[in-house]
Amino acid sequence: MTNSSSFTPTTLSYRRAFALVFRRDLTIALRHKDDIFNPLLFFIIVVTLFPLGIGPESNMLARIGPGIIWVAALLATLLSLDRLFKNDYADGSLEQLLLSPCPTFIIVFAKITAHWVITGLPLILVSPLLALLLFLPDNSYGALLLTLLLGTPVLSFIGAIGVALTVGIKKGGVLLSLLVLPLYIPVLIFATSAIDTAAMNLPYSGQIAIIAALFVGSITLAPIAVSAALKVSTN
Amino acid sequence: MSDRVSPLLQLKDLTCIREDRILFEQLNYSINAGDIVQVEGPNGAGKTSLLRILAGLSAPYEGEVSFQGQSIYQESELYRQHLLYLGHLVGIKGELTAQENLMFNLAISGLDDQTAEDTLEQVDLLGFEDALASHLSAGQHRRIALAKLWQSQAKLWILDEPFTAIDKKGVLKLEQLMQSHADNGGAVILTTHQDLQMPTERYQKLTLEYRFF
Amino acid sequence: MWKWLHPYANPEKTYQLTSKLIPWFGYIALILLSIGMTWALLFVPPDYQQGNSFRIFYIHVPSAILSLSVYVTMATIAFCGLVWQLRLAEASVAAIAPVGAVLTAVALITGAAWGKPTWGTWWVWDARLTSQLIQLFLYLGVIALNNAFEDKSQGGKAAGILAIVGVVNVPIIKYSVEWWNTLHQGQTVTQMGKPAMTMDMYVPFVVCFFGMVCLIGWLICIRFRTEILSRNVTRPWVRELVKTVGAK
Repeated sequence: MTNSSSFTPTTLSYRRAFALVFRRDLTIALRHKDDIFNPLLFFIIVVTLFPLGIGPESNMLARIGPGIIWVAALLATLLSLDRLFKNDYADGSLEQLLLSPCPTFIIVFAKITAHWVITGLPLILVSPLLALLLFLPDNSYGALLLTLLLGTPVLSFIGAIGVALTVGIKKGGVLLSLLVLPLYIPVLIFATSAIDTAAMNLPYSGQIAIIAALFVGSITLAPIAVSAALKVSTN
Repeated sequence: MSDRVSPLLQLKDLTCIREDRILFEQLNYSINAGDIVQVEGPNGAGKTSLLRILAGLSAPYEGEVSFQGQSIYQESELYRQHLLYLGHLVGIKGELTAQENLMFNLAISGLDDQTAEDTLEQVDLLGFEDALASHLSAGQHRRIALAKLWQSQAKLWILDEPFTAIDKKGVLKLEQLMQSHADNGGAVILTTHQDLQMPTERYQKLTLEYRFF
Repeated sequence: MWKWLHPYANPEKTYQLTSKLIPWFGYIALILLSIGMTWALLFVPPDYQQGNSFRIFYIHVPSAILSLSVYVTMATIAFCGLVWQLRLAEASVAAIAPVGAVLTAVALITGAAWGKPTWGTWWVWDARLTSQLIQLFLYLGVIALNNAFEDKSQGGKAAGILAIVGVVNVPIIKYSVEWWNTLHQGQTVTQMGKPAMTMDMYVPFVVCFFGMVCLIGWLICIRFRTEILSRNVTRPWVRELVKTVGAK
């Protein structure tokens, strides 16, 4: 009566698993557009508050502009991080994802990449506009875009660790910022310094190289930590 | 019933402690191919905790679970290929349509997602394929999640309260499906608050007591 | 895994071990610190540049050094706990983090107090002080995360993962802050070189340092023992213990 051949163990290629999760998260975000626009609006509003707070002199703004844009980008990313795992945790789809025959690493990687496309990419796209508002010198635009392009994925990947650790906690929002912001400091330091250096017409490839190293390090190591953290949170 | 030496799923000395309360201690049990096991007990006795441990989602305080003789923690990816788990949260995204939800659920388990439309018919959701899940009821959500069972290739089904919000006709259909799954050499572990309709000799009961310490 | 370590995966054995260690750490710390501090505060000659204010060095430097070593130790234990599924590692992270945080805070406060006579201001964005501050945030994160979970075991595991992530980042943060500091070198701050230590300054420093090590060992053992008890309240051996100790 036992016929074990009627069950074939299911497998799933890494590429297909990545594509499935990535597409699913993008679809959900596109049908829920607040998720994309709210962090973006927050980013723009925070940046416009600074000229109001410290006065509109162009020299002063140009000097602190890179720092303002980067700090605002950190906070906007932080604000958007919640949606990375929270909804999936609340409706039970997170545990279904963890039970997929595909390694958790791939699923986590796909989710964070989707998160970056939804929140990081729009920040990069509006940043030239904000640079204009803050009178950043023309020659620092390239550095600004390059640092954001390499740096915002680092923010998403490192932030994902914090979210994965706090996803099971009811009021994890404030805690999340306490966990994640100190880890963002190196990116902030090197990114703003690259932009400053570029504004002085000096080569800034050193800083970019370090941010690139952080980028590579975080996309390879962070998913491991996230997988471990999700296992603890869904325990 | 089984032609194997080792049972399909073996629980050895399982102990579960949650927030300083022992839910169960030194639990030993074997589940063979062809078995349907109903885990029963009052609220808070640890039914869900047990099922989550068996699914590999939580770690027990002490003890070991092995699937076909292999520890499910050491061979977790292999184990997940043979496992279908549905928790009391069904994991249906409101932003996706019924069909998209099912297609994703099938595909992420490595099953063919082209069968989604036919499968929805099995759970009486024909006509709702393109409705956003957020417009559907809790019972319909559960039906979407359960639809996966009709396509499943997994040997072991672990179902936490699968009948919640399902009408009588649906329950009957599900029970038949479980029986044919078990007859084909699979196994089902489930919790439910209502009595199973199937003949009592067809399934076993695993009873957990509520413990105050 | 190493055989000799195996009995200490058992909470009861570890409980007994810590109980034995506590008085040792306690008394040695008391002796070393009373000798070291008396020596440092009364008998070491004042520094020719900074006068008596440099004596805070005997508290500041050991706590600064140890705050980092404690973090690394905590992360190492957390890592071993994660790899070998040791439940005691959860308890030890919970036990160690607050001690480390207090050490870091002591290093910061004494640093600021030392800064006032030396630099004329309580706070400078000096590389060492800044990374100390960030390290304090890392510690506070671990503590907060540990306390945020209702299930102690879950909290310990989560805090452990955070500690590991933090320890990977500590060198990066330290390096980036140092680099940032050289980039924005303040105009008024005169960087203090390490005081050239003569033998009569060095010996009391070593005594103070090891006294501090024992003090930390003492505190951690006490906390660890309490954590073990509170995480095993349902176990029979703890109930036995409560009966026998409570009967006295």
